[in-house]
Amino acid sequence: MSWIDKILPSGVRKEEGARRSSVPEGLWKKCVKCDAVLYRPDVERNDDVCPKCDHHMRIGARRRLDIFLDRDGREEILTDIEPVDRLKFRDKKRYRDRLSAAQKATGEKDALIAMRGTLQGMPVVTVAFEFAFHGGSMGYAVGEKFTRAAQLALSEGMPLVCFSASGGARMQEALISLMQMAKTSAVIERMKVAGIPYVSVMTDPIYGGVSASLALLGDINVAEPDARAGFAGPNIIEQTIRQKLPKGFQRSEFLLAHGAIDMIVHRNDMRDTLARLLGKFTGQVPVVPEDTEDDASSADASGSVESIDLTDD
Amino acid sequence: MNPNYLDFEQPIAELEVKIEELQLVGTDADINISEEIRTLREKSAKLTEKIYANLSPWDIVKVARHPRRPYTLDYISRLFTDFDELHGDRHFGDDRAIVGGTARLNGRPVVVIGQEKGRAVKDKVLRNFGMPKPEGYRKALRLMSMAERFKMPVITLIDTPGAYPGIDSEERGISEAIAQNLAVMSRLATPIICVVIGEGSSGGALGIGVGDHLAMLQYATYFVISPEGCANIIWKSTANAPEAAAAMGVTSKVLQELGIVDATIPEPMGGAHRNVDLMAERIQAHLIKELDRLEQSPVEEMLERRYERLMSYGN
Repeated sequence: MSWIDKILPSGVRKEEGARRSSVPEGLWKKCVKCDAVLYRPDVERNDDVCPKCDHHMRIGARRRLDIFLDRDGREEILTDIEPVDRLKFRDKKRYRDRLSAAQKATGEKDALIAMRGTLQGMPVVTVAFEFAFHGGSMGYAVGEKFTRAAQLALSEGMPLVCFSASGGARMQEALISLMQMAKTSAVIERMKVAGIPYVSVMTDPIYGGVSASLALLGDINVAEPDARAGFAGPNIIEQTIRQKLPKGFQRSEFLLAHGAIDMIVHRNDMRDTLARLLGKFTGQVPVVPEDTEDDASSADASGSVESIDLTDD
Repeated sequence: MNPNYLDFEQPIAELEVKIEELQLVGTDADINISEEIRTLREKSAKLTEKIYANLSPWDIVKVARHPRRPYTLDYISRLFTDFDELHGDRHFGDDRAIVGGTARLNGRPVVVIGQEKGRAVKDKVLRNFGMPKPEGYRKALRLMSMAERFKMPVITLIDTPGAYPGIDSEERGISEAIAQNLAVMSRLATPIICVVIGEGSSGGALGIGVGDHLAMLQYATYFVISPEGCANIIWKSTANAPEAAAAMGVTSKVLQELGIVDATIPEPMGGAHRNVDLMAERIQAHLIKELDRLEQSPVEEMLERRYERLMSYGN
């Protein structure tokens, strides 16, 4: 019996062999990197970054927006956009059924959430990918919401911040997905021409069509520590070149060293860093709200996909 | 199996072998033999017509990848005059998987860019099997920007199994290189016509594929992930590629219905490789027609239409 089992009330203790289930849901969380069992409120207070090893845990889109935007005056936008199964795609399952399952599991219509709000007092449009929805893949709904969020940023002269986490273009929408790459890149280019700042924040992982479009087109590209980002997945590359990939390949540090991103930003510093940057780009001065420090602790972490399912049944 | 014919074309191959044999014996002008050859030829044509009338999406993928299918360089020499190949991205190197340069289309100066797969084995290696690296896309971007400065329309010929998935590609920013092309092509102030001549695979194809007009040859394919890749993810086996090809709708017919592809250029019976000259004539006529149309409106209007079109994808 491990120490953790000893300190737990017997009601939540499990039989031998169910080692991982010995932590009550909601209170404890295990870091997938260092295996440390962590007191959940500590993790949440730390923006879902492991207090022991600094691993940036994967978080959901709503949690992401919640810890990024100022608490007051935020509003979810573009909620009317829904995925469309134009090809009536069917493999082993129907795409429609896959969509309903993902919608049920995440409570989202598709893999991108958009909000307008303020960042340290400065108006900003922010979008975040929900990786738990179909691997954050980009089909029509994601491309359309990104584009309309960018158009809003353009028309109102507000910066756009995008937190991406995506496996790439969504196969089940085939060429329509591919064309979302062109669509999102086109609207970003309009922002560039108009001088509206766009910051792309890359969070683990970003591959394929999202990497080769909106994620790398920021005026500023930043990545969270140790995030993986690349065009082709490591498996594909290994199969092609028949070699082992070097350590740290396609990680944030690799991207920084090869000039793909401007900086690596710790999740705890994301607000301050982006506010500092955007303030200069837009000629504003960020105002740090007094209660910033406690913003995170009140947040709901249900979007996390790395939290261990500990239900005893 | 005859390597010049695909699996579903083997009955045609057998007839063609018979015709060839008869031609060899028939040199002494035997009237019956020439009659026989004529009949067989008719039969072969009818059979080809029949087989090609019922191609599955997966069959079309095979035609698009046919070893004898004409590649970019085969077309460049037939579509244009005065072609001068231009090399290099000015930063790192020259990617031979993308060919580009200035040329004349029916007398009119243009910039032409296309992926080249390479014919002979040595050539294929030189061309990296048509899989461009970042420097290829950056060379393309350089040539396109030049086209804009000198008011030359851009014509792109798309034929790639995908951008190169390798360590060096990633180190030099393949994602950024493709993304940058998508962004700039969306507003490049000169007409852009894109033609998928063979295999249009994903971001590697789209990286030279944003423009005012997108045409596909009849048996070309365009997909977001190769049918093999899709099958591997869903069925865990490339053996299901035919199902994946059908599900994704990789043919010009489906893509035109979706409003993504504007036009399909018909191929000679049995595919472009059966008559490259005829295929080139048709492409050339199409390019001239579309260019004339695009040049009728002011550049600003054309760019607005291009942008609106991009915004409409999936609506």
